[in-house]
Amino acid sequence: MSNVPHVRDGLSKAPSGIEGLDDITGGGLPRGRSTLLCGGTGTGKTLMAMEFLVHGAVLYGEPGVFITFEESEQDLRDNIASFGFDLDGLIGQHQLMIDCVLLEPIAVSGTYDLDGLFVRLEQAIKQVDAKRVVLDSVDMLFSTLPNRLLVREELRRLLRWLKLRGLTVIITAESDNGNLTRDSVEEYVSDCVIALENRVTRQASVRLLRIVKYRGSAHGGNEYPFLIGEKGISVLPVTSLSLDLVVSQERVSTGIPRLDTMLDGKGYYRGSSIMVSGPAGSGKSSVAAKFAQATCNRGERCLYFLLEESRDQVVRNMRSIGIDLQPFVDCGLLRFMMTRPTLYGLEAHLARFHQAINEFKPSAVVFDPITILHVIEDRQANQSMLMRLVNYLRLQQITAHFVTLTAQGAILSPSEVGISSLIDSWIQLRDVESNGERNRVLLILKSRGMPHSRQLREFVMSSHGIDLVDIYTGSAGVLTGSARILQEMQEASDVRAIRNEIERRTIELASKRQLKDTRIAAIEAEFAASQAVEERLVELNKQRELYEVRASQKMFQSRQSDLDVAPDAPGNNKDKKDNEALP
Amino acid sequence: MNTTRSPDAPPVTDSGQYVLRLYVVGNSGRSIHAIANIKTICELYLKEHYQLEVIDLYLQPERARGDQIVAIPTLVKVLPLPSRRIIGDLADTKQICLSLDISEQVRADIDMHR
Repeated sequence: MSNVPHVRDGLSKAPSGIEGLDDITGGGLPRGRSTLLCGGTGTGKTLMAMEFLVHGAVLYGEPGVFITFEESEQDLRDNIASFGFDLDGLIGQHQLMIDCVLLEPIAVSGTYDLDGLFVRLEQAIKQVDAKRVVLDSVDMLFSTLPNRLLVREELRRLLRWLKLRGLTVIITAESDNGNLTRDSVEEYVSDCVIALENRVTRQASVRLLRIVKYRGSAHGGNEYPFLIGEKGISVLPVTSLSLDLVVSQERVSTGIPRLDTMLDGKGYYRGSSIMVSGPAGSGKSSVAAKFAQATCNRGERCLYFLLEESRDQVVRNMRSIGIDLQPFVDCGLLRFMMTRPTLYGLEAHLARFHQAINEFKPSAVVFDPITILHVIEDRQANQSMLMRLVNYLRLQQITAHFVTLTAQGAILSPSEVGISSLIDSWIQLRDVESNGERNRVLLILKSRGMPHSRQLREFVMSSHGIDLVDIYTGSAGVLTGSARILQEMQEASDVRAIRNEIERRTIELASKRQLKDTRIAAIEAEFAASQAVEERLVELNKQRELYEVRASQKMFQSRQSDLDVAPDAPGNNKDKKDNEALP
Repeated sequence: MNTTRSPDAPPVTDSGQYVLRLYVVGNSGRSIHAIANIKTICELYLKEHYQLEVIDLYLQPERARGDQIVAIPTLVKVLPLPSRRIIGDLADTKQICLSLDISEQVRADIDMHR
């Protein structure tokens, strides 16, 4: 959070270095003043106060003094060391001083003051040249020292004294029965009050932080969920989700060729968030496994969070549909992380997710199924945590694949609607029941930034793997499974029948044509034969006619006829005789 | 009782000997009262059977940690065991005697004798 300015609204601030806290306080705690950190037992007061000192020393060059009234120094060191803070090192370098003030039941006689505490504090401050001081927790002063009024006055004097020295102070106090603190400390530590709460809803706890008051500074007034992870506290200021991210243009394969085709032929965007939702047994996990396989096939690392099954179960089950993940596990590209949802609260889960991701540095992660967390948590807290997770992954350019379970029949669960705005590509698997069988269909509900297929595909799993098949959409409606196969067979046989018919008619036509040709040939031959005969007869007749004419002319000449013109032909055929006879 | 003394071990005395430490800060009225009060009690009831050390934390601030001093003035009864501490200006003699396990009988005898 180094980009957060430390001075805002005129008030100088001491950055806490706690992830997220400086965002919602606008830069940190009020410098040179005191902050009250209150909350019930086990809400993380001591840890937060200690982190303030450790980060102050390590990140901002401000050494600190930790006065504990509750634990022994060794206990405190051990407890904090489990979060990876090097207290011993800091103490060795005079960057940190821990003073354990043990308060025993004391007899009292007459009046007293807390000068002893002042002396010890002054000594410790001098020793490390402290700029920050923690008093944890002041309740012990009230409960062991008699005369509350006197203790209260002395505490007020102590805080004034620390303020005069320009020290930034955190005091912690227990909340009690709805009051911020048992002894109304908040009434005189008036600069900044932060309340921590451990709220249990549905048997699971969620940690919440609220800035009750921050004099002279704007601050977020909401309840913010925070995590106590293995690396300390991180507050999740959902409202400060940064949206100015660098986005990748690169595409990564889904591992299923037909699904790539549906997504503009290229698959998902790198660094995008993908959700695969569907009812039980619809094949969500296998889509995720395919994606993991494709990631590893490119030589990239994939982190696989399992919230229901064990690693061996997944490897075995995926092998049965032709996805062998074991080689990738063996060569270290694929890592499974198993988490029982009920084992921790959501905050701890997310902290573990963060940590595992930071360690393994994968280019893709799979959460199977993320829905399981909804069961154990307050939905709103869950949603904001998921938002934070999605945002974190996006910042790291990690492609995230979430598997979500939806109730049978329900298309969208309310929680899906809630996080859908953060999801880039949403693939839905549905069950289609018809003709006494159940089939799976896949649909891309949305995929930002790319033209994608809007068609349903039948999702077929076999020992060869996963395939997407065009479903039958035709005159008989939408069909899947064996109904589709039957319909396809029916259509194939219809086509065959038509083809046969065409063939038959073609043959028939050919034979008719042949018959026609044969007949024509026969007629022509017959014709040719009779033509010759006729022509011969005509010839003969002509010769005979010529002969007749000549004979009659000869007879005419011999008789010395007085007629000018000799008759051409006998009888009354005068015209025809003219035509034929004249040369 | 050990014959060799470690720095943290209580001082060795004969049985019945009192070892007392009074922590004060500077010369405030309360400190002066406390010193006067405890000296009176010791002289009265523990004559020659006590060691009293008055520690001014302004001069020896490092000693505050050792005896876990918070309130001022604090009287620590180191011996006889069990150790015990009393805070305040030690004005109530009867109560101090009770806390220091000076029995009622001893006190009555001495008072009568006086």
